[in-house]
Amino acid sequence: MRMHHEPRAMFSADDMSWAMTRMTHEILERNHGSEGVILLGILTRGAPLAKRLAAIAERENQPLPVGQLDITMYRDDLRSNPTRRVGRTILPAPIDERTVVLVDDVLFSGRTVQAALHALADLGRPHAIQLVTLIDRGHRELPIQADIVGKSIPTAADESVRVRLQETDGEDLVTIERSAL
Amino acid sequence: MKHLLGIEELSRDEIEMLLATAEEMHDVQSRPIKKLPALRGRTVVNLFFEDSTRTRSSFELAAKWLSADAINVSAKGSSVSKGESMRDTLMTLDAMGVDAIVMRHAGSGSVRQAAGWVRASMINAGDGMHEHPTQALLDAHAIRRHLRANELGDLEGKRVAITGDLLHSRVVRSNVLLLNLVGASVVLVAPPTLLPPGVENWDAEVSHDFDSVLPDVDVAMMLRVQRERMSGGFFPSEREYIAGYGLTAQRLAKLKPGACIAHPGPMNRGLEISSAAADASQSIILDQVSAGVAVRMSVLYHLLAGDAGDERRD
Repeated sequence: MRMHHEPRAMFSADDMSWAMTRMTHEILERNHGSEGVILLGILTRGAPLAKRLAAIAERENQPLPVGQLDITMYRDDLRSNPTRRVGRTILPAPIDERTVVLVDDVLFSGRTVQAALHALADLGRPHAIQLVTLIDRGHRELPIQADIVGKSIPTAADESVRVRLQETDGEDLVTIERSAL
Repeated sequence: MKHLLGIEELSRDEIEMLLATAEEMHDVQSRPIKKLPALRGRTVVNLFFEDSTRTRSSFELAAKWLSADAINVSAKGSSVSKGESMRDTLMTLDAMGVDAIVMRHAGSGSVRQAAGWVRASMINAGDGMHEHPTQALLDAHAIRRHLRANELGDLEGKRVAITGDLLHSRVVRSNVLLLNLVGASVVLVAPPTLLPPGVENWDAEVSHDFDSVLPDVDVAMMLRVQRERMSGGFFPSEREYIAGYGLTAQRLAKLKPGACIAHPGPMNRGLEISSAAADASQSIILDQVSAGVAVRMSVLYHLLAGDAGDERRD
């Protein structure tokens, strides 16, 4: 078995751009167009990803309203950590009777998505909720799966996946590194 | 942060953090479902040794909207009226296992003293003539929202006049401290008999001429004059007070465009503030009330939501 101590690049800027285009098309196919669909990016990195998906859809003349969701208050580990800064939830339109597509960067335990589902329940009653994630790294702790995945990357539990985005980190790159335990 | 005892204990960063979170909390008030789960299972007690409408009910709402359990204990109708000491009352509530005690008391410094007796987080809701930190935070939050809505920038460099009975006010001390921390300047306007002792050492100008101050302030904050003070030799008569220091309809016209009118409440309409001013389009008095709930949600969140420790970085 090879041991990896250096971060391994798993997903380049080109891979990411290609995956984002494919994911946008999958969203539009699954929902038969953009009618009644809202994209909501989960803070922090889900928000710029959702904006990118919307921009690609826009070029296809399929406008998707895009917003962001802060789930800080809904985290089940709120108590075991110092308080975090609360982010801003922005809904581009009421979510009642719409299809909400949640967008996140990494799907791991599923707890973030569970928190997002609770947050949505307090904001209204969507017709349906779908989940899009750039990376699915496995190790789920809840019965939650993504509808659309950019790339599935098998990982060991003690590794961490780092998604870097142009908007938040100055470059597009996904790496895997050993967690400093 | 474990306690909120006064603005004097806070850094500018902590104030900005509390105000930034209040911005996010503000949105919850306009939602159909006014509930966030952050404080589920926590318990907050409002312990008020003095009367209050706004502060007490907004702390209660703030706790409930964050899913905490909130109970109210007021001196009237509690064992305090049987002569139980403040310390015993606090120890009793603390022994019940509550997480936070929001306290208002006539003794200056009483809340700080209480923090040394209990395990719970203490929040100062007004201690004598000392401080009322959440009032200063909500004032800053409401003024900031007014400035943003009118594209007038931020608090930095703005000038705030605080006028009225400054001697018996705890709001004024918290406000002077906070406004200076965020880069605003303060001018205190009152008759000499209603200025607090040592005011010359405060970080604020003092004026006895309301009319000359009005045209160049961004905020006219009026404080309540307690009518009972009128018979205490602080001022000859209500009429003279109004003539010198009331925000009358005539004075309203002297405010510059974009300036706003604030008052922490409860108001004496027709004394320190005329109805014309209280109900004017520049008045942010009701915005202060809604800001009160948002700011108190922010305070409760930062004191109670997480494990004690420093702000976590994402």
